[in-house]
Amino acid sequence: MTEGTLSQPVLQTRDLRMAFGGLVVFHNLNFTLQRGERHAIIGPNGAGKTTFVSLVTGLLQPSGGDVLFNGAVITGASPQQRVKAGIARTFQINSLFKALNPLASLVIALAEREGRAGVSLRKVARETALIEEASALLAKFGLGDDALAVTETLPYGKQRLLEVALALALRPQLLLLDEPAAGLSTEQGHELFRQLAVLTADTTVLFIEHDMNLVFRYADRVSVFAAGALVVQDTPDRVRNHPRVREVYLGA
Amino acid sequence: MSTASEPAARSPAGQGYFASVARWGPGEIIFWAGLVAVFFVPDANLILFGQIVIWGLFAMSLDLLLGYRGIPSMGHAAFFGIGAYTAGYLGKFGWTEPISGLLIAMLLAGIIGWLTGRFIQRVSGIALLMVTLGLNLILYDVVHRQSDLTGGDDGLQGVVIAPVLGLFRFDIFGRTAYLYALAVTFLLFLVARALVKSPFGLALLGARENPRRMITLGTPIERDVSAVFAIAAAMAGAAGALLTQTTQFVSPATLSFQRSADVLVILIIGGTGRLYGGFIGAFVFLFLRDWLAALSPVYWYFWIGLLLVIVVAFFRKGIVPSLEALVQRVRWR
Repeated sequence: MTEGTLSQPVLQTRDLRMAFGGLVVFHNLNFTLQRGERHAIIGPNGAGKTTFVSLVTGLLQPSGGDVLFNGAVITGASPQQRVKAGIARTFQINSLFKALNPLASLVIALAEREGRAGVSLRKVARETALIEEASALLAKFGLGDDALAVTETLPYGKQRLLEVALALALRPQLLLLDEPAAGLSTEQGHELFRQLAVLTADTTVLFIEHDMNLVFRYADRVSVFAAGALVVQDTPDRVRNHPRVREVYLGA
Repeated sequence: MSTASEPAARSPAGQGYFASVARWGPGEIIFWAGLVAVFFVPDANLILFGQIVIWGLFAMSLDLLLGYRGIPSMGHAAFFGIGAYTAGYLGKFGWTEPISGLLIAMLLAGIIGWLTGRFIQRVSGIALLMVTLGLNLILYDVVHRQSDLTGGDDGLQGVVIAPVLGLFRFDIFGRTAYLYALAVTFLLFLVARALVKSPFGLALLGARENPRRMITLGTPIERDVSAVFAIAAAMAGAAGALLTQTTQFVSPATLSFQRSADVLVILIIGGTGRLYGGFIGAFVFLFLRDWLAALSPVYWYFWIGLLLVIVVAFFRKGIVPSLEALVQRVRWR
């Protein structure tokens, strides 16, 4: 898939519908994400934020409508094809390789990205470029000293960083972060977002976040989801003062 | 640690770690040297040791599925049996050269393993146990009923196997049989060892730990399941073919459910995810069986059952991982 032109949105949905049985999550959702944005999705619980991410990454299939990536329809593409096209995600609840160490975890991601994970008898140790890159990435995330620790023994905050590092190792064009600061203290959350701002400078980032301080500080655009619809999409300042948003959020 | 310091200097943890994972440990060298040495021990029961090697190879092939990819199979004897019958038919109908017969048996078992992998790649957990068991039972029943073709309960008679490389005749002391089985097993072990220490091996571990994460990294985990199933089945087929060629006989027991259960017991006693667990398990299982059957030919399964309970209660992960942990503890001291 091509990179797309600058003016073309990275991600678009066209009349996207999603229903689980009788429960309608989305009704004709039309969403646009421009290249280079740091875009937050907010909304009350049950607004369909995580469902939206899963529809974009292909873990769920929509009941109707289309998802477009760089202008091309990817609705029928498998999750793996979407990763190869340049979409990566993290999960709200850490989804790591608990019994492996961070170094091996990242080498898995890098070997897959480089198409070197197929059946072979070539030792991992000979993949020097991949191992170098994995080590460098760990160092960048401040996980250099934990490279060989068993992942499940790491403190939660570090596991959270590894979750992001795994997605970023794929060098995605579009990175979807599902509540990256979930389970972190306020201070840790800010620290994570500060690091993310540096690490994802060249990537379009779409993130779900509940902490409004983080949202208004780090997003350049904000979408508000409520009851299966996109209520408003605008700059943080305008969203903050939007009457519908106040209504949805504050019940006022 | 003194060699290869150049890349190690740039990323000491990374390169050194993967190099040390792939390095041959003293335990490994002692293990294989010991198996070779057995041949030279006067009066060693080479027929029993040949069985141990073959069962070890069979259990190792299951370890690729269960230990490395986390796929439990209750029907692994199906592939062992396919290899055994393939080698048997070839020998019975004039294709007596053993090495090509072995390769054909592996190929056939591998193809059927690949198809099985495609069939079960979306199944997991308990359902997987049932499906693999079901496939095994179907195959067993087919072989059992087609007694005109397979000899039924009597097994396949009249299997002829030519000398290995045209030189080494299979003798009644099992000397050729032992070395032949050991050589084939060692080669396949090298393949399995390289495989699990490759990026593909890492991807298998990743999918064992967290399939959803592998999907979101872009890994075709279903294709990997078919691939590892094909490889494991081919190796199980090789074990079956070795049994046929070294005994010149095939019985339907080779693909019975009992055999599937035995190989699982062997692997669990020895420990999964180490490749050696199957061999150590086979050693313990067959020696005990041999010894207990001599004491009381009927009740030896009682003792095997007791052994299984003891191992699981006290060694949790099996003999090999427990020994590793012990060695590590001693070293730290």
